[in-house]
Amino acid sequence: MQYIPNIIFVICLVVGLGYFARNIRKIIRNIRLGKAIDRSDQKKERLNAMLRIAFGQSKMVRRPIAGVLHIVVYLGFIIINIEVIEIIIDGIFGTHRILSFLGGFYDFLIGSFEILALLVLVSVILMWGRRNIIRLKRFWNPEMEGWPKNDGNFILYFEMVLMVLFLLMNATDAQLQNMGATHYNIAGAFPISGIIVPLFENMSQGTLVIIERSAWWLHILGILVFLNYLYFSKHLHILLAFPNTYYANLSPQGELDSLDSVTNEVKLMIDPDADPFANPPEGAVEETPEKFGAADVTDLNWVQLLNAYTCTECGRCTSECPANQTGKKLSPRKIMMDTRDRLQEIGDNIDKNGGEIVDDGKQLLNDYITPEELWACTSCNACVEACPVSISPLSIIVDMRRYLVMEESAAPSELNGMMTNIENNGAPWPFNQMDRLNWSKE
Amino acid sequence: MSDILKVPTMAEYLAEGKRPEVLFWVGCAGSFDDRAKKITKAFVKLLHKAGVDFAVLGTEESCTGDPAKRAGNEFLFQMQAVTNIEVLNAYEIKKVVTACPHCFNTLKNEYPVLGGNYEVMHHTQFLKSLLDEGRLSVNGGTFKGKRITFHDPCYLGRANEVYEAPREVLKKLEAELIEMKRCKRNGLCCGAGGAQMFKEAEPGTKEINIERTEEALAIQPDIIAAGCPFCNTMMTDGVKNKEQEHKVEVMDIAELIANAQEL
Repeated sequence: MQYIPNIIFVICLVVGLGYFARNIRKIIRNIRLGKAIDRSDQKKERLNAMLRIAFGQSKMVRRPIAGVLHIVVYLGFIIINIEVIEIIIDGIFGTHRILSFLGGFYDFLIGSFEILALLVLVSVILMWGRRNIIRLKRFWNPEMEGWPKNDGNFILYFEMVLMVLFLLMNATDAQLQNMGATHYNIAGAFPISGIIVPLFENMSQGTLVIIERSAWWLHILGILVFLNYLYFSKHLHILLAFPNTYYANLSPQGELDSLDSVTNEVKLMIDPDADPFANPPEGAVEETPEKFGAADVTDLNWVQLLNAYTCTECGRCTSECPANQTGKKLSPRKIMMDTRDRLQEIGDNIDKNGGEIVDDGKQLLNDYITPEELWACTSCNACVEACPVSISPLSIIVDMRRYLVMEESAAPSELNGMMTNIENNGAPWPFNQMDRLNWSKE
Repeated sequence: MSDILKVPTMAEYLAEGKRPEVLFWVGCAGSFDDRAKKITKAFVKLLHKAGVDFAVLGTEESCTGDPAKRAGNEFLFQMQAVTNIEVLNAYEIKKVVTACPHCFNTLKNEYPVLGGNYEVMHHTQFLKSLLDEGRLSVNGGTFKGKRITFHDPCYLGRANEVYEAPREVLKKLEAELIEMKRCKRNGLCCGAGGAQMFKEAEPGTKEINIERTEEALAIQPDIIAAGCPFCNTMMTDGVKNKEQEHKVEVMDIAELIANAQEL
């Protein structure tokens, strides 16, 4: 009977990690629905970008207050999670503070975790205040209504509860150590939880053990639940920020990608020797003509889809967007959220239909993102520059414009005029190309 | 203006069996827009002053395709690009300078994959190199002590990370260089990019150029310096909208340098 807690612990661990792994596999499958794009080049530069931007948080600190608060929480979560290793070993083998043999170093570790836990708690409370009391505008844009707003707050509550449980666990442990309770050997330094130890001085040893054990169990179960919450939340960035910054575009921001499919057609048009009606060579596979641009998420490339899952809805892009600032419907964050939500919808579709996508009569264009949003973009790259994890909403906007123009001929009429002018006389205005040097004689 | 500028074309150079040091890519705005033509002329005067051996394509030049590409028409962009590249490569062009950041970005970043490889410079970078090499010298003249703010064009700044060249050229004017709240990589767009220049804005609460102009006027400049013909138009319209045109001028960096030289 004495092994029941160990068995329950192992079951919780296996279920928690197993369910998480299952959902991660779904995310990877969904991202692979995207088109191929080669990002296997420049490995050194990519690694550098990842270390600088994701690991080193270099773009976060461009907004100093949010940046510092975020770094505290980020460091706190990475470092305090070392403690999770001990909790897992203790949980499986029924030991208590197995790493305490490290002696002085153990005291140092636990002491640092406690200080970080307090800093995380304070930062998370301040973050909550910025969202809910100061009501920073970027957290209250229309696309944040409903689930996205609640999601943001749930994450903060989760983190508050986890930190409080950690400190509560340590405080009661410290008091049990003071009382010389069995199993509770003298181990660890408690610079923060020590402050609340007096609250527990009059409690019986039995009560304290119940509180300590409850805090311990709720802490680790909370971590497992939080881990599985990621899949349903915007919070996946804690994992995906790393691959996302690694695979991000390294070219100058002003460079839009070139469509090879178009290049082939253009060459055919220009090459005087090309015969567009030529029979394909013997044995050649008849290629289905490629769709130009993107109408749905499956027309986007996998990096764009990874971008969508990575977005944590911080809204820096939208707050920097000139169109959004002047009241247009375009919000780069919404472009990313819509892409993710549509991709998730297609993923669920695949799950429901035994591995196949059954046409649901919907697509990213119109059902999620309207042409009005797409045409409001000035392609200024402010959103790309602002993103702390190297997401490019602009690349999706451009791909969707390409679909509107090249597949649907659905550009705003003034733009059609501009394009006709370029076609006819080589300038966006109706001036004769032969007059191009007239300025020098005026 | 009545004075006729000497503007040699590549065809003339070829006929004489010569090659210029640099091709000046004038661009559509620089060729046809009345405001931008003044910038073109100012830059040409500076090129002459510095003794730069340059030529233009003249009637052989055509739109780079930038607005078509940004509007989503990759076909039209590539048709333009391939045609231009044929002309540029036939003249064996090595170095290009342009006063338009959109042409600059497209020629520099989007032509190589289609077979057009050139050293491309924005005119502010080119002016800076002329000043650095001592081929051109400038002192403040009429601009000495004036408050000048530089509006970063998106396609020069964020798109290609050129922030310092225009500012270093402006510093030569012995003027007081002041910065808007949002500048350099945080610079706010004028509202013209991404083919917006050629259409009405979507419904909103404000025009982007008004937002940007208000930001510029807030720091009370005498001159808003621009480095892009489209930004120039947008900011000029903004200043007029705010009825400040008698107090604040919008001028291209090439015009400022040329005026300081009394060219």
